[in-house]
Amino acid sequence: MAKITLSNLRHSYMPNPEGPEDYALKEIDLDWQDGGAYALLGPSGCGKSTLLNIISGLLTPSEGRILFDDHNVTDLPPNQRNIAQVFQFPVIYDTMTVRDNLAFPLRNRGVDEARIAARVAEIAAMLEVEEMLDTRASHLSPDNKQKISMGRGLVRDDVNVVMFDEPLTVIDPHLKWKLRSKLKELHQRVKATMIYVTHDQTEALTFADQVVVMQEGEVVQIGTPVELFERPQHTFVGHFIGSPGMNVLPAEEHGGGARFEGRHVALEGAVTGQGGKTQIGIRPEFVSLADAGLPARVRKVSDVGRHAVVEAMVGDTPVKAIIEGELPEQGAEVHLAFRPSHTRLYRDGWLSTEVEGAA
Amino acid sequence: MKTENQKAWFFVLPVLLLVAFNALVPIMTVVNYSVQETFGNNVFFWQGLDWFEQILRSDRFQAALGRQFLFTFLILIIEIPLGIIIALSMPKKGMWVPVCLVLMALPMLIPWNVVGAMWNIFTLPKIGLLGYFMNDVLGVNYDMTQDPLAAWITIIVMDVWHWTSLVVLLSYAGLVSIPDAYYQAAKIDGASPWKVFRYIQLPKMKTVLTIAILLRFMDSFNIYTEPFVLTGGGPGNSTTLLSIDLVKIALGQFDLGPAAAMSLIYFAITLLVSWLFYTLMTKDDAK
Ligand SMILES: Nc1ncnc2c1ncn2[C@@H]1O[C@H](COP(=O)(O)OP(=O)(O)OP(=O)(O)O)[C@@H](O)[C@H]1O
Ligand SMILES: [Mg+2]
Repeated sequence: MAKITLSNLRHSYMPNPEGPEDYALKEIDLDWQDGGAYALLGPSGCGKSTLLNIISGLLTPSEGRILFDDHNVTDLPPNQRNIAQVFQFPVIYDTMTVRDNLAFPLRNRGVDEARIAARVAEIAAMLEVEEMLDTRASHLSPDNKQKISMGRGLVRDDVNVVMFDEPLTVIDPHLKWKLRSKLKELHQRVKATMIYVTHDQTEALTFADQVVVMQEGEVVQIGTPVELFERPQHTFVGHFIGSPGMNVLPAEEHGGGARFEGRHVALEGAVTGQGGKTQIGIRPEFVSLADAGLPARVRKVSDVGRHAVVEAMVGDTPVKAIIEGELPEQGAEVHLAFRPSHTRLYRDGWLSTEVEGAA
Repeated sequence: MKTENQKAWFFVLPVLLLVAFNALVPIMTVVNYSVQETFGNNVFFWQGLDWFEQILRSDRFQAALGRQFLFTFLILIIEIPLGIIIALSMPKKGMWVPVCLVLMALPMLIPWNVVGAMWNIFTLPKIGLLGYFMNDVLGVNYDMTQDPLAAWITIIVMDVWHWTSLVVLLSYAGLVSIPDAYYQAAKIDGASPWKVFRYIQLPKMKTVLTIAILLRFMDSFNIYTEPFVLTGGGPGNSTTLLSIDLVKIALGQFDLGPAAAMSLIYFAITLLVSWLFYTLMTKDDAK
């Protein structure tokens, strides 16, 4: 088990990359603490799988180094890195029984048979596949095949890290929930570092202690689920996490606060930096209906259960608010209030206000 | 609910008719010949199963059958592994893929009698490139018109040259259909190259290999043109395979009855062995 450090990592699939757009990963510096439960979250094509494959050694990065506890492994193949990885679509060895499938990674490393039997039994019990241990793996349902693939990733107990690349894509929703909790439970038991790739925020937020959010080959924020929700470092994070995502509204700086649709809006704290394109970001949870404030016209009300999402037009800009209790009529004229402690300025996408009292 | 009707028969009918005329009718004629004796003028005498008994008991038939099995066995045991090895070493992507595929397909595009003629000239002592090279450069005595062993080696090498590509192309099709994730998972699991072959590549190639073995079995068991053009069945009878012998009896001696009986026996053996292969190779899928 080890701490994993990625240092100045860049990767391009092209032989002669030129601009930054040729890189699938642009400049990544990241530490994965030993024993952490991480989620790697980002939209399709942002480089999540590329990053995993570089950590596991299936890919060699174009630039940069990978350290396992200060030991440089950049040029080592996967079998010398002591890692496990589970892929999006189930990979099983068709001609083997389920038992032999689970034992395969151990046998290849010359583990003795008694130990193998014990590990296989333990993993099979955990995944609830004991009764199918002696059937041929090719006869399993996709669900069970993926369980077996995950089992092969979990069967070794000496690995530095177990990586899951969107492993639950092919699994039924109700089983998904179950397997995810199992993984979480397992993580608490074995204390191995786990990295879980997904583009589903609920999946990331329920599994991980730390979420790494990626966009277009870059890490935009690392934090606990609460941090990501409360203080997104980038408009992308605000937008990507939350349902609905953060309101990102065009605004100018204005006397220590901001100016949105001709009105002054108070911000959480002092503005840093200058120039660039400025926007304010506020989550719908912190927008409320008030007697005074920004005048708006309600365009759409969608009741989503315990609360409703109200979309109102301030001038030409739509703003979403999450409202509990009494709902306005569609077309009604209302006033919106932004909670200042959660209203932030973003400059070229990056957070550009300080928390009150900081520095 | 599935509704059932009988319309499908109409779609099958044209094929049935076609098959009837190009397979069933000729075969029935052969069956007809095989149980009768004729002295020409369309006069026939009922013979029962005499011809079958005569053929099956004859040393000549047994020898030809033995040679036929030996030939087929040898080419299968060479072509199947060789084809797999070549397919494994072909590039999976890039500009060399089409080049390799075309090069592989070339031998199969050459008409069979041309293949025989080519190899005949190629191996002639003094004149042919290979014949000259073996005799005059290496100093090995190589003359397939005189030496049965040389003749056997030549027809085997010729068939390997001509048909290994078929195995290569089929295996290759099986190989490229394996998703990358399988190889990646195998690397993560620490599998050796042999285990990758044994547990990933071979199982994924199994279906196409079954087809390859069946096709190569049937084709080589019925082979006629190339060895006939190359050696004419000689020297002596050493390369007289079943089909060559059959043609000698039917057209050379004009013994239609025995030839017809022999055809049917030949056909039955081909069918039986193909069926055996197929059931053996697909057996554990059914489990
Ligand atoms: N083998 C490859 N060759 C060339 N380009 C690739 C290759 N694999 C990925 N890419 C490109 O690199 C970028 C990152 O891909 P990657 O597979 O890492 O994304 P991802 O975040 O895992 O996406 P998804 O959620 O769809 O799995 C994409 O633009 C993709 O087109
Ligand atoms: Mg991916």
